Amino acid sequence: MHKFFIRSFVSSLVLLFTFTVAAIAKDVKAAFVYIGPTGDHGWTYQHDVGRKAVEAAGFKTTYVEGVPESADAERVLRQLANSGHDVIFTTSFGYMNPTNKVAKEFPNVKFEHATGYKREHPNVSTYAARFYEGRTILGTIAGTMTKSNVIGYVASFPIPEVIRGINSFTLAAQKVNPNIKTKIVWAFTWYDPGKEAEAAKALIDQGADVIAQHTDSTAIVQIAEKAGVYAFGQASDMDKFAPKAVLTSVENNWGPYYVDRVKAVANGTWNQKDTWHGIGDGMVVISDLDSQMPADLRSKVKKLQADLASGKVHSFTGPIYDQKGNLMVAEGKTADDGMLAGMMTYVKGVEGDIPK
Amino acid sequence: MIKIVKRDQPSRAIFFLTPILAIFLTLVAGGLIFYILGFKPFEALKFFFIVPIADKYGFSELLLKATPLCLIAIGLSFCFKSNNWNIGAEGQLTFGAIVSGGVALLFYEQEGFYILPIVILAGAIGGMLYASIPAILKTYFNTNEILVSLMLVYVSKLILDYLVVGPWSNPEGFNFPETRQFSDSARLPLLFEGLRIHAGIFLALASVVISWFVFYKTYLGFQMKVSGFSLKTAKYAGYKGKKMIILVFLISGACAGLAGVGEITGPIGQLHREVSPDYGFTAIIVAFLGRLHPVGIIFASLVVAITYLGAETAQIFMQIPKYTGQVFQGMILFFLLASDYLLFFKFKFIGSKK
Repeated sequence: MHKFFIRSFVSSLVLLFTFTVAAIAKDVKAAFVYIGPTGDHGWTYQHDVGRKAVEAAGFKTTYVEGVPESADAERVLRQLANSGHDVIFTTSFGYMNPTNKVAKEFPNVKFEHATGYKREHPNVSTYAARFYEGRTILGTIAGTMTKSNVIGYVASFPIPEVIRGINSFTLAAQKVNPNIKTKIVWAFTWYDPGKEAEAAKALIDQGADVIAQHTDSTAIVQIAEKAGVYAFGQASDMDKFAPKAVLTSVENNWGPYYVDRVKAVANGTWNQKDTWHGIGDGMVVISDLDSQMPADLRSKVKKLQADLASGKVHSFTGPIYDQKGNLMVAEGKTADDGMLAGMMTYVKGVEGDIPK
Repeated sequence: MIKIVKRDQPSRAIFFLTPILAIFLTLVAGGLIFYILGFKPFEALKFFFIVPIADKYGFSELLLKATPLCLIAIGLSFCFKSNNWNIGAEGQLTFGAIVSGGVALLFYEQEGFYILPIVILAGAIGGMLYASIPAILKTYFNTNEILVSLMLVYVSKLILDYLVVGPWSNPEGFNFPETRQFSDSARLPLLFEGLRIHAGIFLALASVVISWFVFYKTYLGFQMKVSGFSLKTAKYAGYKGKKMIILVFLISGACAGLAGVGEITGPIGQLHREVSPDYGFTAIIVAFLGRLHPVGIIFASLVVAITYLGAETAQIFMQIPKYTGQVFQGMILFFLLASDYLLFFKFKFIGSKK
């Protein structure tokens, strides 16, 4: 009897201890590394919205903004890993090598790198969003709303992410309006209001009456507002910056993923993953549709959105031809993720060449 | 009553004291800004200037950050001393990085002791080539070197963009804008295990010694000084102005190019779009804060380097916006220029007459 009491006492102590440990483990701290200032719109702002969702879920967070992709990134990462952070989100492609390097030195800290492909250590995961699904929606709207059949597109850098967006957009626009042409201006920047405005003006001068963008500032939608043409918001809902021009925006919504991953760290269930989420998982969100769009277009878009979410419709469904007329995806097939990840050719209907 | 009187001669003591005064005023103004923003000023300053270098690793990071700043500022001091306003060091750095990076990629997956010296030399030559453009245009076509050197910065960045996106991008890298990683033989050796400080610091120290020797022990240094004071005097004295302009630009370009080599073969290990967080521009502040004196530049590069580290630490631990680091750099330069007023004027206290 005596022995039994001791045993149960010890086991309850152990149990208590485990609970305390679990409670402590819940007290995880997450850190975020940003390429730009948090601001009020755009890429970094959306990541910061995600960070705030993590805070709202009851976790402590830290962030460092404006970290260049130079030799400095590694120092910031090491300092964060060294100062009691359990999971670190690095939110720009250029942090890929520093993230993997520091991850090797801190095997107990989890690292989450956005938009990269290297997972050299078991504590590194990568994540990205299928923004091209959002661009399928934008292309559908642009193809319907254009009168001049010339659609402008301000692009940033000739990398697969951007080419994929241009293609997805053009394919969707062609589907509703086979006569459209997509004209591209390369701004060679992610954020430069001056250059972006110049690019938008050049496209409007060439007859474009709908402008899409793969750069971060609000300059383009504001130029569109002045010129009386349509535009789409990028990363954030940009309606407030140009209420007449902006038909809708594709929003980057990282919050659910961030909360999920930080909780996984807290529960000890975090594992290495490569995440590529789209509309279906809520990582890509379509803002409210502007009332200038005809009602049947709006309901068509809503349906397309639901079909993209359920997987019934894929942005890259064959037959897809490149500019020279070569078959890229056969009829009835869809492009696989490998093809999407390395996409470096324009589809038919895009004007010009990819800068080499 | 206080009267402001022009000095007969600029005060030499004040010449070297004003940088210290500028740093002091920056700290005071910085503390005030922190206070207004609602942070405890002394705690904030502690996280800004002491915490980042409180351990061995932090100190190594300080030297790592100061190395390119010092190297470029030394090179710039050759130009500035002789009245040549090269503000395109960032471009020369970038072009040096491009040339040396290209050579390093040629030796991809090769080993050999001879690789690193070739890579370093290539960077210096790249920087020199790029600096020679504003120099030649200035000497033979009378163009303004400020404009030409500045514009060439943007050209160099576009060239780098083109190369890392296109022909030099990593074939296994899914077309992302970066090259392959350089082989170990093309990397500057680390000085200590676990720290990032690398052999590039010796290049910076060598540049300090050489510049000191040239400035104060050679005829060239004397010529530069005279041209700096008065171009007309230099002409009367019969100095070959054109030769000197080209020479100082070449030296400046070589230093900036070497700084670029240090970044890509040191901590980065590859070429990508952002090899330098504008070291070439920040080094202008360093050169002036160091009074264009080799020893002064060493201290100035350490002071400015710490504003970078401090800004990161202050944001991590106190949530102070990281951009305050740039505010500090701006304030240092502002207060330095403002206190230069004291070089030429002095305050005289005069008893008020009744």
